[in-house]
Amino acid sequence: MATRSRQRSTLSRLILGADPQRRTLYIAGMTPAVLYFYWGLTNQLGADPQNVLERALGLWALRFLIASLAITPLRQLGGPSLYRFRRAIGLLAFYYAALHLTVYMVLDKGLDLPSIIADIIKRPYITVGMLAFAILVPLAVTSNGPMIRRLGANWRKLHRLAYVAAAAAALHFIMLVKVWPGEPLIYAGLVAALLLFRLANSLRPRARPARS
Amino acid sequence: MLIRIPNASDARPSEITDRSTYFGRREFMLGAAAFSAAAALPFGAIAAPLSATKSPLSTNETPTPLKDVTSYNNFYEFGTDKGDPAKNAHTLTTKPWKVKVDGLVDKPADYDLDDLIKDIALEERIYRMRCVEGWSMVIPWVGVPLASVLARVSPQGSAKYLAFETLVRPEEMPGQKGFFQAMKWPYVEGLRLDEAMHPLTILAVGLYGEKLPNQNGAPIRLVVPWKYGFKSIKSVVRMTLTDKQPITSWSRENPREYGFYSNVNPAVDHPRWSQATERRIGDQGGSFGGLFAKRHPTLLFNGYAEQVASLYSGLDLKANY
Repeated sequence: MATRSRQRSTLSRLILGADPQRRTLYIAGMTPAVLYFYWGLTNQLGADPQNVLERALGLWALRFLIASLAITPLRQLGGPSLYRFRRAIGLLAFYYAALHLTVYMVLDKGLDLPSIIADIIKRPYITVGMLAFAILVPLAVTSNGPMIRRLGANWRKLHRLAYVAAAAAALHFIMLVKVWPGEPLIYAGLVAALLLFRLANSLRPRARPARS
Repeated sequence: MLIRIPNASDARPSEITDRSTYFGRREFMLGAAAFSAAAALPFGAIAAPLSATKSPLSTNETPTPLKDVTSYNNFYEFGTDKGDPAKNAHTLTTKPWKVKVDGLVDKPADYDLDDLIKDIALEERIYRMRCVEGWSMVIPWVGVPLASVLARVSPQGSAKYLAFETLVRPEEMPGQKGFFQAMKWPYVEGLRLDEAMHPLTILAVGLYGEKLPNQNGAPIRLVVPWKYGFKSIKSVVRMTLTDKQPITSWSRENPREYGFYSNVNPAVDHPRWSQATERRIGDQGGSFGGLFAKRHPTLLFNGYAEQVASLYSGLDLKANY
């Protein structure tokens, strides 16, 4: 009895986390996906529902990715500390990217594998998008306590790849538009700013607490 | 952060004003100014639907629902989102409307629209429309053959091309003002004269049996069904006959991606995406609407190869995309 309840709590902790605020974040974070699928199934996404759904999921993936990278700069610039939400936000980015990819492969391409593979090879914007997703997979797989402990110092190095994924995702967005509308450039600008902040930080000599 | 969830103020398809009410509103707006002008309209009273004869050139495919045709399209003069034209084009004044015809013609003039198409029988042409972005529709246009209009203005023997221009009126076209503008204005297009004279090529003044809604290029637009949609220039204010291949807007924006011809061709991909298939707007995939609809194969010259392929015999379609 005790064992089973402990197992259950371990499982829900793995999925939703133990912290009620974090659970709320997961539920709130998945709400756009639920709404878009609901609107899609009830014919409320307008003339081109596949396209609207596909793009909305991709855009939310990029938003969560950017949000996860913004947590450290936010703290360092004097904002609140949101570190305990970072893993959840990063995982939400991964879930949205996975849904985005699934909608592309199943609804848009009808699981036509030769055509999907041709897309990935021949269409640079899809190549870049797949690259972003491929990077997110190991990051998601290692976003849990046991993997963090196992990887030790390598975990931090591995998770720096999130910047590459964000840059690729922003590029993927820019590459699919016909003209240069503001929206993709705003996202790309955010990613560039986060990357510059991170670079500036790593170049700056660190203040060592030991000296005080 | 820009969050684009359809919000409560956006119209749901079910809320879109039905056709008769919608046109009624436009008539009301036009009413005061148009009382005297009404007599000059080429198709009788304003409220009457356009009377058009059926055409053997029409496809028998199911037309895309009116609400999709009028709420989902590109018309960057009103904004770059495909919902923007429907949202913003109500500001456009389409009466009076002049079309300047100049260049290598015997009868150059600033033609009043009504005079330009007067006494040319309106025809219904149900055509496939393939957008370069990979989606398509079937649209029941109402219009006149461009060849009949050209005959009226008498092109000179030296004319080889026809150039078109869209209206520039920033006070009525929000996409033409402000810091960020998508393109260089005016939007310009062009055809070879033999393409312009082809029986399939029309100047449309209506769709679904009524006058063109503003967002679809009122009051007069080009329709060239075997070319990507952007060739079919909207709200035309100028046609110039020339002996030189005219500059066209998309090719000016990005010559590597868009050429002068822009014929629909599944074998010639856009540099960034495949043109082999298309999503047919309005298709139903089972009981869940368009979400599970399957793509259609794209056809050479958008399925009009039998009629137009001879225009391009000997032309390398890959090099002349």
